[in-house]
Order: sequence, then C-alpha cells, then structure tokens
Amino acid sequence: MEKLHLSHLEALEAESIHIIREVAAEFERPVMLYSVGKDSSVMVRLAQKAFYPGKIPFPLLHVDTGMKFPEMYEFRDRFCREIGADLRIYRHDEAIAQGVNPWDMGTVKCCAILKTQALLNALQEGGYDAALGGARRDEEKSRAKERVYSFRDSYGQWDPKNQRPELWNLYNGRIKKGECIRVFPLSNWTELDVWLYIYREQIPVVPMYFAKERPMVVRDGRLIPVYEGMRLQPGEEPQTVMCRFRTLGCYPCTGAVVSSARSVAEIVQEMITVKHSERVTRLIDHDQDSSMEQKKREGYF
Amino acid sequence: MAVSIEQLIEQVSESELLRFVTAGSVDDGKSTLIGRLLHDAKAIYEDHLASLDRDSRKAGREYIDFALLTDGLKAEREQGITIDVAYRHFATPRRRFIIADTPGHEQYTRNMATGASTADLALILVDARNGVTTQSRRHAFIASLLGIPRIVVAVNKMDLVGWSQNAFEAIRHEFGQFCTKLRIADLEFIPISALKGDNVVHRSENMPWYQGPPLLSYLETVHIASDQNLIDFRFPVQYVLRPSSDFRGYAGTIASGVVRLGEEVVVLPSRRLTTITRIQKGFEEVDYAFAPQSVTLCVADDLDISRGDMIAHPANVPWIARDIEAMLIWLHEEPMRLDRYYLVKHTTSVVRGRFTDVMYRIDPDTLHRQEAKALALNEMGRVCMHLFRPIMCDEYARNRSTGAFIVIDPITNFTVGCGMIIDRSHPYTGSTAAQRVALHQEQITVEDRSLVLGQKPVTIWMTGLSGSGKSTIAYAVEKRLLADGRACFVLDGDKVRQGLNKDLGFSPSDRSENIRRVAEVARLMNEAGLVVLVSLISPFRKDRENARSIIGGDRFLEIFVHAPIETCEERDPKGLYAKARQGLIPEFTGVSSPYEEPDQPDLKLDTTQLSVDACVEAIIGLLREKRILE
Repeated sequence: MEKLHLSHLEALEAESIHIIREVAAEFERPVMLYSVGKDSSVMVRLAQKAFYPGKIPFPLLHVDTGMKFPEMYEFRDRFCREIGADLRIYRHDEAIAQGVNPWDMGTVKCCAILKTQALLNALQEGGYDAALGGARRDEEKSRAKERVYSFRDSYGQWDPKNQRPELWNLYNGRIKKGECIRVFPLSNWTELDVWLYIYREQIPVVPMYFAKERPMVVRDGRLIPVYEGMRLQPGEEPQTVMCRFRTLGCYPCTGAVVSSARSVAEIVQEMITVKHSERVTRLIDHDQDSSMEQKKREGYF
Repeated sequence: MAVSIEQLIEQVSESELLRFVTAGSVDDGKSTLIGRLLHDAKAIYEDHLASLDRDSRKAGREYIDFALLTDGLKAEREQGITIDVAYRHFATPRRRFIIADTPGHEQYTRNMATGASTADLALILVDARNGVTTQSRRHAFIASLLGIPRIVVAVNKMDLVGWSQNAFEAIRHEFGQFCTKLRIADLEFIPISALKGDNVVHRSENMPWYQGPPLLSYLETVHIASDQNLIDFRFPVQYVLRPSSDFRGYAGTIASGVVRLGEEVVVLPSRRLTTITRIQKGFEEVDYAFAPQSVTLCVADDLDISRGDMIAHPANVPWIARDIEAMLIWLHEEPMRLDRYYLVKHTTSVVRGRFTDVMYRIDPDTLHRQEAKALALNEMGRVCMHLFRPIMCDEYARNRSTGAFIVIDPITNFTVGCGMIIDRSHPYTGSTAAQRVALHQEQITVEDRSLVLGQKPVTIWMTGLSGSGKSTIAYAVEKRLLADGRACFVLDGDKVRQGLNKDLGFSPSDRSENIRRVAEVARLMNEAGLVVLVSLISPFRKDRENARSIIGGDRFLEIFVHAPIETCEERDPKGLYAKARQGLIPEFTGVSSPYEEPDQPDLKLDTTQLSVDACVEAIIGLLREKRILE
C-alpha cells in the first residue's frame, strides 16, 4: 500500500524546507548563519535538499569570535569545501585587537561585543535582508515565544511584545530598508529531533559531540575543557574525563557533559534518557536573570 | 526482548506529530496544566525543574508553580500573565507534541488565532467553579473558525468542587449546547485537577465516575491522520529551480492531495496542460508525493511557470477568483479601512486587494450577527474583498492551505488580518462542481448551476393588496438571503412597470400580460440559478395559475400577504388609495377592481398580526421545510 502519511521527522523536514525556500524566493539578499554546530549542520542539509539539484542560492555566514575550538575551524573549512558552499566569515577584529575577552570583562559584555555586535555588523556590511538561523524553540524559555520569521528593526532589536502574528505557513517577510528578518526554520525541532535527523541522514558533525577522554577541570559544578593558555583558578587540577559536548560555543564558555556516547546512535539513546537540558552547559545563558531574552532584544540570535 | 538502538531510533523517528493549541482564561490554570503535563510525562529537564523551584520560591510560592515554567518572557513573569504564544515540545513513546500555549485574555484573540491556525486539536480549559464563561465560548468559536476539527474541554480544579460529577455534567451540557452551533467534528470533556495531577497523565482515584481516558492518553491516541486533504491536488509553485540548462523544476509544498509521475496536470491561471516527468524529494526521485511534502516537480512542456502559479489535476481545479468572501479576524489596533488597499498573502502569492464590504460582525459570545462598517482589533466577521489579481483558492473548510490568507498593511508591513475563505458567493462550490463546470461547458443544466450555487432556484410569488406589505417583506427576505450568501433578486410591480412593462396599463388583459412577462423573467432567473422574489398584486387566480405553469409547479411558492382593505387604505404608503377613491386611478384593486384571494397558498402572512421580521422568519422556515435552503 502507498504510504500517504508523514512521520513527525518527515513533517518537520518538509516544514523547514518550505521555510528555507520561502526565504530564497521572497528576499533579495538572504544569508544563512552557520555556527559550525549540529543545528547548523542540519539546517545546511535541509537547504541542500531544498534546492537540489541546484546549489544553495545564498551564502553561509560564520560570525567568528576567534575563540572557537580548533576542531570547529577544521570541520567548518572541510565541510563547506566539500559541499561547495559559499562561506563568508566575519570577525570583529577591532574588538578582538582591543582585547575583548570573557575573563576580564565578563561573559555578558564579551558576548554583546563579539557575538551580538559582530552579527549586526556582518549583516549590515553584507546588506542582508534575511538571516536564517538554527535556533530552536525548545532551547530556552524566551525562544519558545519566537516566531519563525522574527522581525528586527534597523538596530537589529527584537520586540517580544509587538511581534507580527504568524498564521499557517503564511510568513510575512515584508520589511523596510535597513530592517531585517531572522528566520528560524528549525523552530519546531527539539534536540532529539536534530540527532534523529543527523542519524537518518548521516550528516557529518564536529567530532567534539562524541565522547572521548579529554582533559577537563570542574568549575561551579560544570566540566570545562582545558586548553592552551587557559587561566586556571586556584585549586583547579586538570583531570581526564570521558565526556562529550552537547553544544559548541566559545572555548572559555562551553562546558561538557560526562558521557560515553561515541556514535550518533549512542547519542540518540542517551538523549532519550537524558535529564538535563542542553544549554545547561552554556555559561552565557545563566549569567543574568532572563539573560537570553535580554540578549535577543539587543540583537542576539 | 531487548530492543536494539536502531530499532529504538526507528520507533522514535516514526512517531506521529500532534500540534495542539491551549486556551483558557487567566485563572483557569492553563500554565499549571501544561507544566503538569510536561512534568508527569517526564518532559522537563532537571535543570529547568531546579530553576523552576528557585523561581517558585522567589515568587513566594510554597509549591512548584508550573506557571512559571511556561511564562517565558520577563514581563510576563513579573505580571503573572502570558502575553504571547509560546511553543512547547514534548514526546511520549507514541507521539511527538507541539503545544501552542496562547494567552486567554480577551484582547489577545489574535494570539489564539495564531496558535490555532496550525493546530490539529484545541484544548480549552474551564474552571469547574466558574463554569462556561464568555471566554470559553470565544475560544471554542475561534477554534471552529480556524477549522480545528476537535476540541477537548478540560474541566479543571475539580478538587475545588469536591470532585462533583454534577458540576462536571452541568459544564458538559452547557458547553455542548453552545458547540452544536459550531462546526466541530469531535468534542471531548475530561474532568481534571492540574494542580493535583488527577486525570492529566494518571487516572484519577477521586473521580471513579469518569470512565474516559486521562488527558494524555486521549492526546496520544486520538486519530488525526485523516485530517489531511489527500483528494484535491494543489501545488502552489514556490520557487523555480533552474540550476542548469537541462533542469527546470518547480519547487513547492504540496498543499493538498497526491501527485504521481506521468500524470496530466494543469497549470493555473494559464490553464496549460502538461505532464509530470519527475518528482524530486530532497536528493531522491520518487514516483508519487503527497501533502504536506516539500518537493520539486518537473513537467514535459516548456511552459512559463512562476512563483504564485498553481499546479492541479485538470479534472479537479480550485477557483480562480478576484472577488472572495471570507470570515476575517482583524489583528491590529488600527481598524480595517474600506478606502485603501492591503496586501493579501495567499499560498505563495501576494496580491493587492481592497475590502468591498463588511457583511456582518459576529459576536463570538452569542454568535449573533451585528451590522458593522469595519472590523476593529480582535473582531471577527464576514467580509468581501476585491483582489487586483486573481488567486487560486478553495473553501477553507475543505482546504486549510488554499483557503487561508493573511492581510498585510502595505505601509507598516504589519500582519493586520487573517481570513478563511468561504464558498457561498462563488460560482462554484468545491471541486466536484468546479470539475463539472470545467468539463461540460457545452451543456450546463439547471442542476449544474444549482450544484455550483449551492441553492435550489425557486420563485416566491407574493400576492396581496396594495399596501399589504409585499414589497417590504420581499426586500427584507432578499437582504436576509443575501447575507446568507444566497443569490436572489426581487421583481416588484413598480420596478417592472418602469421598464420592461411600461407599455402596459391596468386593464384585466394588461394585468395578465404584466404577470405573464414577470413570470417568464422569473423563470429565466430561476434557470440562471437565482432565488426570485416576486411582489405583485396579481389579483386574479387565473393569472397566478398561469404564472405557476410558466415557472413550473415545483419552483413556484405562492404566498398570500394579507391585510384587510381598511388597513391597507389606512397605510396607503404611496397615496394610491386616496387617488383611487377620488376616481383618479381606474380599476384599482380593492376599490374599483376585485381581488381574488388564493385558495391554498403555501403560506399566508397576516401583516396586521406579524412584524416584518416574523414574516421573514416564516418564509425562511418555509424554504427550509421545502429543502430549498439547507
């Protein structure tokens, strides 16, 4: 018998492809934000499928803080070369040269400059009117209220109290000059869905997601990777821990979880029984009350 | 038996997706219910639970306040209310759920509509202590307006009414009564206590009288697979793919129906026929595809097809319409205006259009229709729109994808309205009728027209003395029928005598000819599918019988509009009786010419006893009884 019914994963895939195509059709200069992480990998795969046998008709943009893990840079360059993507990289070199870092100025300020401000600069420089991002509603409370098409004013700001109603799959992408729409094709995906899809589609991801024995220190109950030039706090002693990363950010601010999942299948199995949300390992979400909402209002993803 | 990782993954990947919207008034305990659902279904991470516990204590609660979990925005948590739609996710081994959690305040109808637009099911919370409120009714109405086929009413806080079955049954009865007026296929009631957890995930021990499933079991098992329209193939072209000279494909999401390789299709609005030569789904080529898959179609002929066009089967096509009628919800603070244009986004096309009429506003609490010049924020009503370019659409009740549109303000770019297309004013109703029209244009019968207009043609012949009230009633019936979307027309004596019959006087033979001509016109109008209201004194029995034979007995209804001659003379709206009495008008019925009352009229209306409205009701009743109106 013919199958005329979609599983949840297939339904999510169809919805995301619809959104990505809609952006390509309606905007003049769209761009896809590529953060090297698993969600970006999935989003890029969906874009490939959306336009196959053609190429992805917009560039990928990596907003680089200069503080990503070496494995991430390596992966990024290889992945983008292999799929023939048009990768653009933006780094707020001026700020980096001035020594912006999370240790001296705190994570809030560091993020505001190296991520939020850098992103706004990059979008403005590129003249992009739409930016596709891999954020999901299940990640964090204020993201749960985000639209698929999220309107940003000419300063890149989000106004959660005055969002455009969004009905059916009829997205309103109309903007004035200088304004921008952030588009989230993975809005309805969960972390588990992302891994299920990576499994099904055999999508390559940065090896840091897989468990390995790594040198770590325990700080405020979190597992922090030890790397060259790191400032250890008094009493901290590096130890080897079997662990993996659930999310990938900047090395000073990304924690790992104890895990023995060495393959995508094992990660999925772990996910099904997991007890903590993924962003628990991201220091930046916890640095102030309603911190994600605050960042988003200012222009963060 | 041990399940391998692969099998487990397979099982989880294949689970079905259910999207539901929740609605409830401020204190019905909606957030608590969602929190409870997530908590008991073990869908809350420990770190979220820990921060919830912290937040609860910070807010001075002695228990874990699940509401704090769902009220995501800072402003909301401070005010203790929910101001925007929030989407939550959880999964059980059977299903993956997306909850659109919408605020219950009256002013946020737009958020409920937003959440409802993509929902398979609506969960409406009712506080057992307060019973069915204005807001509960409003939520049910919006749910039905947005075409959600099933509603679950969770009667919450049962613990505060002593787990009383009577309290539950009373709410069930009242809500059920209200919902009979709405288009809801499936209505379920579950007594719960979100705070205590009764009948949310686990069966309640406090309510042994309730035999149905707990809420989560219901959500896990309710059948939704048949909601998808798999009959009418509609493919709005979203994006044209032309990566090289040897490939041209049309990318899009199948709005409804199924498409197969090798099938003949028609491209609209150009009406060019072609054949499907390739169906690309991601990296693979497939033999068939169905809604709501996103695919790319290739066709045999080199046609000019672009975004906004639609591909369908030639025997089953949507309407191609410039004038549409729709139920509309206004979503913006600045009210709708009829003197300017808006943008309408429908499937993949954006067209300019204007509101030409607000037929009525509907009061969601009573479902009464009110006269309105425009719709303001959160108001709903039936409107007519004229579009500057045609769209390919279907009735929303039949097709949620091709029957929906949003309205955008071209200056502010804000989404100001959403519409659900209705079929009544259209020359076609649904695909069957459209198909017949498309295929049999050479031989259109009255039945064909009747089918496409959704009404049986009939002539309602009103006879009676001058001043008895015939025309007043005829025009009132016409107004009512038009408001219902029926095509109808009044032929009254004065109107026909000004033009068509201006060569005729009032002698018995001229009166006969007058009636014969009116009957012939009524017959033609009936054949065109119209309901005709004739308002003529038509004093002689034999003339009326002649009219009946011209029009056809099965399409002729005789209505005797009765008032005694004294009353008519007293009313004398046109001053004719006075003139007749002065001898200025010869052969005036009732004064100088006889009136023969009908022996067995289909309806006799005594206008000295009945108001105009009552007469209209009586006629509508008759039409229903005769199955002329459904």
